[in-house]
Amino acid sequence: MTALATPGQRRRAAARANGGATRRPWTLSAAAVNGSLLLVTAYTLLPLVWLVTAAAKNTPDLLGGNALGLSNFHLGQNLHDLATADGGIYFRWYLNSLLYAGIGAALCAFLCVCAGYAFEVYAFRGKEKLFGLVLLGVLVPTTALALPMYLVASEVGLVNTFWAVFLPSLVNPFGVYLARVFCAGYVPGEVLEAARMDGAGELRTFWSIGLRMVTPGFVTIFLFQFTAIWNNFFLPLVMLSDSKLYPVSLGLYAWNTQTRSEPTFYPMVVTGSLLAVLPLVVAFVALQRHWKAGLTAGSVK
Amino acid sequence: MSEHLTRRSPRGRIGAPALLLAPFFLLFTAAMLVPIGYAVYLSLFTEHRSGLGFGGSQTVFTGLGNYSRALGDAAYRAGFVTIGEYCLLYIPVMLGLSLLVALLLDSALARARRFFQLALFLPHAVPGIIAALVWTYLYSPGISPVLGALNSGGLHPDLLGHPLPAVVNMAVWEWTGYNMVIFYAALQAIPREVLEAAVVDGASPLRTALDIKLPLIRASITMVGLFTVIGSLQLFTEPMILHGNASAAVSTWTPNMYAYTAAFDRNDYGLAAASSVLLALVAAALSFIVTRATRGRSERRTEATA
Repeated sequence: MTALATPGQRRRAAARANGGATRRPWTLSAAAVNGSLLLVTAYTLLPLVWLVTAAAKNTPDLLGGNALGLSNFHLGQNLHDLATADGGIYFRWYLNSLLYAGIGAALCAFLCVCAGYAFEVYAFRGKEKLFGLVLLGVLVPTTALALPMYLVASEVGLVNTFWAVFLPSLVNPFGVYLARVFCAGYVPGEVLEAARMDGAGELRTFWSIGLRMVTPGFVTIFLFQFTAIWNNFFLPLVMLSDSKLYPVSLGLYAWNTQTRSEPTFYPMVVTGSLLAVLPLVVAFVALQRHWKAGLTAGSVK
Repeated sequence: MSEHLTRRSPRGRIGAPALLLAPFFLLFTAAMLVPIGYAVYLSLFTEHRSGLGFGGSQTVFTGLGNYSRALGDAAYRAGFVTIGEYCLLYIPVMLGLSLLVALLLDSALARARRFFQLALFLPHAVPGIIAALVWTYLYSPGISPVLGALNSGGLHPDLLGHPLPAVVNMAVWEWTGYNMVIFYAALQAIPREVLEAAVVDGASPLRTALDIKLPLIRASITMVGLFTVIGSLQLFTEPMILHGNASAAVSTWTPNMYAYTAAFDRNDYGLAAASSVLLALVAAALSFIVTRATRGRSERRTEATA
């Protein structure tokens, strides 16, 4: 990352030094540039600000369109309602999401790193063909797969079980591609050679050297898969009918369908949504370095 | 590449790579290849229920019957038209906005770059279903403070009545920042010498942006465009929520929604499978064409510079 930032900084300094010499049209003045950026930022933040303030409103205020006002603070009451509705099922959904996304993403990232490492470090027959198959998997739309997965799951009796949502979330062909890119960048062949000279077996070399060196890649894949599973809606919608197995996304959907007949569900959907967004926002703020690296590795050559 | 491989690969050790690849490919087969194969298989059969349902149902081979039923259904074809309209509206707006923001951030005049990047990326951290819920509420009369403000200004737009712009706006909100980060990273990777040369030649920042920066990040733009088209074909969550709250979008508005209704409202698995397979085929064909086209172009460019 530092290698990426430095030329940018140098360039900016150079451009600043040159700035006085070239005449700029008014559209490119600092005020216009930063003003436009602020405008777009306001657009991206407005719905989130609304979500925060709306979570502190009771039903009449919310339905009265007063969500952006600061009077009548009901967040405590809403949280209490959320915790007690349907015997506290919301936090059960939350726990489910943590299980699906936490364990699922960790396992998925590990499997991706294993495969990506094998593709990068070893030569074997049919390797590039096999890798081509993985890349083909990247191109198959995941939601077009959800129905076929349901059909298979119903054939083998997995529909409406934890595994129906958990197992498919362990597979991410794009993660394998990313892992291979990361291994190429982070694991020097000389180090592996040295380990072999010292008599370490292949798996031991992978476990104690390769895996350690590619940790940033592991974290990146974990982060992306965690988000993908946490956000997944179509697969659980198709697979699950027992509300005790729902992830948060599906639970909120179910509650939202009830708001038409029962408007008291509105504050619960809104407050529940806010809580469901928090872990992801925290993760993305804390791990900026990683998702930026991941986006770059995946998309810029 | 080959030199790289021989340097790294020890001879006569097949066990380790096989062991490292096996778990992924086992699951890959179970969760991707088998469902695709099974969907293709199912799409070739249809269920006939006899009489009053006493005789149970019979599975009959219909060949491509389900495919012609799906393609013959105006509702299914309308789903692809919807996607086409959606792409025509969404892609220029989203790509244009994310490129513009990336160029603004990359200009020497931008301040607080880290803040802007994070604030613009945040919508991507919001699950699609929650984004759809929030925006649907913001479109709803009574709930929405935006509509409230417009109403008091004498404007009474029907934001829920037009599913296409409503869904496009949700998608623009979710993806602009994400793609902007990709473009910004690509812009930062442009060699400094190239831009300095442009400045020396007297190019204005605007000309530099349009004639030098944009062509140099064309690979990223194509990549993002490709993933956007594949993503657009899968459109489901947002219109589904909008449909639930407003009935503005019909239940077969997109091909994915059509397949979902076929499976769960009509229990017509053959039709659902056929429409899913067709959708996957269209997505695969599109991405194949685009990757081929871009690869061809970048190879030609490499030759030209070499």
